[in-house]
Amino acid sequence: MTAMRTAGLLEDQIWEALATVEDPELPLTVMDLGLIDEVQVSSGRVRVRMTPTYSACPAIEVMRHDIRKKLLNLRGVEEVEVELSFAEPWTMARMTERGRARLREHGLSVPSPRSAEPATCPFCGSTNTVLENPFGPTLCRAIYYCRDCRNPIERFKPPAE
Amino acid sequence: MSGLGTQPALQRRELRDVLAAYLVGVADDELIIGHRHSEWTGFAPDIESDVALSSIAQEEIGHARLFYERACDLTGGDPDRLAFGRASGEFRNAVLTERPNGDWGYSIVRLVLYDRADQVRLDALAAGELRPLADLASTVRREEKYHLMYGEQWLRRLTSATEVSRGRMQQALDRAWPDAVGLFESVPGQEELRAAAIVAVGPREQRAQWRQVVVPMLESIGLTLPTENSGDRAGGRAGWHSDDLRTLLDEMTSVWRSDPQATW
Repeated sequence: MTAMRTAGLLEDQIWEALATVEDPELPLTVMDLGLIDEVQVSSGRVRVRMTPTYSACPAIEVMRHDIRKKLLNLRGVEEVEVELSFAEPWTMARMTERGRARLREHGLSVPSPRSAEPATCPFCGSTNTVLENPFGPTLCRAIYYCRDCRNPIERFKPPAE
Repeated sequence: MSGLGTQPALQRRELRDVLAAYLVGVADDELIIGHRHSEWTGFAPDIESDVALSSIAQEEIGHARLFYERACDLTGGDPDRLAFGRASGEFRNAVLTERPNGDWGYSIVRLVLYDRADQVRLDALAAGELRPLADLASTVRREEKYHLMYGEQWLRRLTSATEVSRGRMQQALDRAWPDAVGLFESVPGQEELRAAAIVAVGPREQRAQWRQVVVPMLESIGLTLPTENSGDRAGGRAGWHSDDLRTLLDEMTSVWRSDPQATW
């Protein structure tokens, strides 16, 4: 009974710790992005399963490292393994509402969970926008242009369907 | 670890070795063409292309790493050593990927021919029965779509712009086309991967699938297909490379060779 309660408590602490691990390329945590699929705890050993947005994203190793470091700081955690999963594709539906709001606050245009609607300008709200470059400063961003307020726009770019 | 080394289907040592060799060929293609694309950083015709080729390079090199890791799960070894610690003759990339960038037109034609072949190859892996590998292949395939979208748009634009640009694109195709067949050269024992349903489609059929898409696309924009090699002679997948690969490796690996034990 006590052991179970401790295990439950530890798992809560793990999720709390995960909620503080940030993506070094975006103003989001791994929880905002919905990267974490599963956490398994068994006698001090923690296995975290993570689905990255892009398989070649250079931030993956940084996040894996941070996850390991933060979880090893918890009492009762002796070993941490962060495994990557590609079984299910990462889609916009995984991003939390908080994550979407934070991206918008950061000045990015954010696509809706499903649909190919035109990009909304984060500055003036216009949808009179055009794709300038499918590639941007990171693998997960594309560059658009707003024809109304004439600003270049960065838009979060989910992997192709 | 990808869990590949512990798959029951891969208990036979020979099969593991063939699969590892195949994956190294895939990874070598991605690494070498990724490095070539990265050479456009700072030199592309406009800033959008500069960003695009840099991103595509980053992605190809990232994919190379994933495939090296899986090869190492099967046979042991270190992905970094595979990428940076081998001599030219040990590389298994197709010769097309190592050719110098030449002009922008050649780079675009090569990108399109290569990425179309990569789609076909990833289709074959994604349809295979080895789950972890099939899953990885479908993820990579989705990401590569953006490369094709980008490359084909430039290909169309340059081929339809002026007589001069069309001529340059035809010259580029004339140079790239004979090398492209090498993308479908097999590694020794590759038929076993087909038999074990790990790679669902064999190299000949992959080449036919590739032609089915590439030929009408090139002809529809007014390019003429050059004569083709039979593809039967040994090339990059058997370790036969041009001097250009040696030059590329000298540059690409110089930092790693200065201290192979360093941790990053």
